[in-house]
Amino acid sequence: MNKAAQQHMTYRQAVREAMREAMQKDDRVFLMGEDVGRYGGCFNVSEGMLQEFGEDRVVDTPLSESGFTGCGIGAAAAGMRPIVEIMTVNFSLLAADQIINTAAVLYYMSGGQFNVPVVIRMATGGGKQLAAQHSRSLENWYAHIPGLKILTPATVEDARGMLWPALEDPDPVLIFENSTLYNYEDAYSGNGHTVDISTARVRRAGSDVSILTYGIGLHKSLKAAEQLSKQGIEAEVVDLRVLRPLDNETVFASVRKTHRAVIVDEGWKSGGISAELSARITESLFYDLDCPVERVCGAEVPAPYARHLEQASLPQPQQIIETIQKMGGIHG
Amino acid sequence: MATKKKTPAKKKSSRKSREKEQKRHLLHQMIRIRQMEEKAYELYTQEKIRGFLHLYDGEEAVAVGVIENLQKEDSIVATYREHGHALVRGVSMERIMAEMYGKLEGCSGGRGGSMHLYDKETNFFGGSAIVANGLPMATGVALAYKRQQKEAIACCFFGEGAVDEGEFHESMNLAALWKLPVLFVCENNLYSMGMPFELAESETDLVTKARSYKMKASSVNGMDVLAVLQEARKAVAYARDNQQPYFLECRTYRYRAHSMFDPERYRSKEEVQEWKKKDPITTFAEKLKKEQLLTDEELQHINREVAGEVAQAVQFAEEGTDEPIENLSQFVYSNSKN
Repeated sequence: MNKAAQQHMTYRQAVREAMREAMQKDDRVFLMGEDVGRYGGCFNVSEGMLQEFGEDRVVDTPLSESGFTGCGIGAAAAGMRPIVEIMTVNFSLLAADQIINTAAVLYYMSGGQFNVPVVIRMATGGGKQLAAQHSRSLENWYAHIPGLKILTPATVEDARGMLWPALEDPDPVLIFENSTLYNYEDAYSGNGHTVDISTARVRRAGSDVSILTYGIGLHKSLKAAEQLSKQGIEAEVVDLRVLRPLDNETVFASVRKTHRAVIVDEGWKSGGISAELSARITESLFYDLDCPVERVCGAEVPAPYARHLEQASLPQPQQIIETIQKMGGIHG
Repeated sequence: MATKKKTPAKKKSSRKSREKEQKRHLLHQMIRIRQMEEKAYELYTQEKIRGFLHLYDGEEAVAVGVIENLQKEDSIVATYREHGHALVRGVSMERIMAEMYGKLEGCSGGRGGSMHLYDKETNFFGGSAIVANGLPMATGVALAYKRQQKEAIACCFFGEGAVDEGEFHESMNLAALWKLPVLFVCENNLYSMGMPFELAESETDLVTKARSYKMKASSVNGMDVLAVLQEARKAVAYARDNQQPYFLECRTYRYRAHSMFDPERYRSKEEVQEWKKKDPITTFAEKLKKEQLLTDEELQHINREVAGEVAQAVQFAEEGTDEPIENLSQFVYSNSKN
């Protein structure tokens, strides 16, 4: 690998490199999805892979989300290691039957006989003026389902390192890539090493408040934390990384230390991961808290098209800052 | 010269005895399904079996005729009306009955019940209880086999109600487009729960429908086990040898209600009686008797033998183990890497 590529990489390149490496390492791995081949991927993630691996391993599918996702699930149950790409989480609703009624339950329903080692990748999130049908963050929904594992890489290192362990995992793994992160570029020194797909990570240490977040929320939270630091408030930023199963231990350790928790999520509050985290913290750490848990989440509206409206519907660093400044007992 | 003359006669007699053996085997398999289903009905009324129960009486010739043609390495994907398929595929009646009882010894460890029989040993990819949900899976299994350069095919059973679903059309297209060895077997029993087939489809000729995907297709009398056997033999060979899908419609009828909760307001008793005249077991037994391949005594013997198997299966289920509640979360996720 050339040294420059090791030093800097976009999120998009990281996902592509992860897929290329997996295909080189394991003949059972193949990529299938809409426009992954000739077009190079709707978000240009798989550009060049058709030329490198050929039509048998980079498979352009018709617009049959349920059909090809189910096909990937069946192939996985019969010994392959498919990576199914669904353009965005919005279209995954057309494949929800296969993901929820088959992939998530097959192992259990068969009494441990048939496992489904499929990886399903999809873009998620809003912020690009794509309106109500193309801007959802439904990873929350999938995180509701026992039997699925839900990964939300927010960094270049995770985008690069999560895929291989996801493919090695005998259970169905869904990877949600926030589409506004594809162009995000960062130093990369991971040298192709994998990362764990079971724990949350503290991305910034702090003592006054814990910000619990994932995906694009991590970047907004880190920005907010830098601003707060100038005011003497040190926020600890926890990147959840995995929405199912949730890593209680890392989250609880942080909240025990800071005694305050804010959850930042582009998804809606109602029935979402923020509600779940808040409940867990209240159930387990009630007496450790100095003030109620706060949430900065997507406004409960279908995503609007107009830029100012859409931006107002999404969590912003300023909102995170203001929320934390008002928390009980916080200094600064 | 003398020995040369003898050989064809010998061949003929051994062919005859093979034919007799096979036909009696087919009859035996159908009777096993019928008696198992009748017992399941009875056990349901006694509340030994709970949940939904979809019985296969009347449709036995389809599962028997098709599965007889499959090889060990082939796979089956079926529906919630799959007791018969599991049984003739080689899952023991004991393990099927134990599954309906919700016992640990059941073929899905008591986690599936009547609608979700699974058996990895015989590549029985189970009963899915979402209509048409199994078609994409079967297509994917065939895709895997093709990539693994196996000779195996995937055989997918579904009712005509599945034809209404988008997953049917998506799978038919993918299988034909990618030239995958899937045998799609449509068990057309005329009603999807209560909805008559002709009220659900603008095109009721399923062969025409399948051919619109450039898929080879045919239709057969699903009440005639020999007809199914022969048609399925061609279909299986076609799928295997050409690495192409095949669509086989089997026109059949279910005697029982859709499930045990169905009051059957959508069809007349007379209609059910008319179909019972075409019963796949009695008509086939009569045919064998006429051909002097079966006597009344032999038929009674088969019935008694199967009754013994059923009694033993019920006893096995009755004596089965309730899984400890501590194991509730086992199999939500796998523990080991693969």
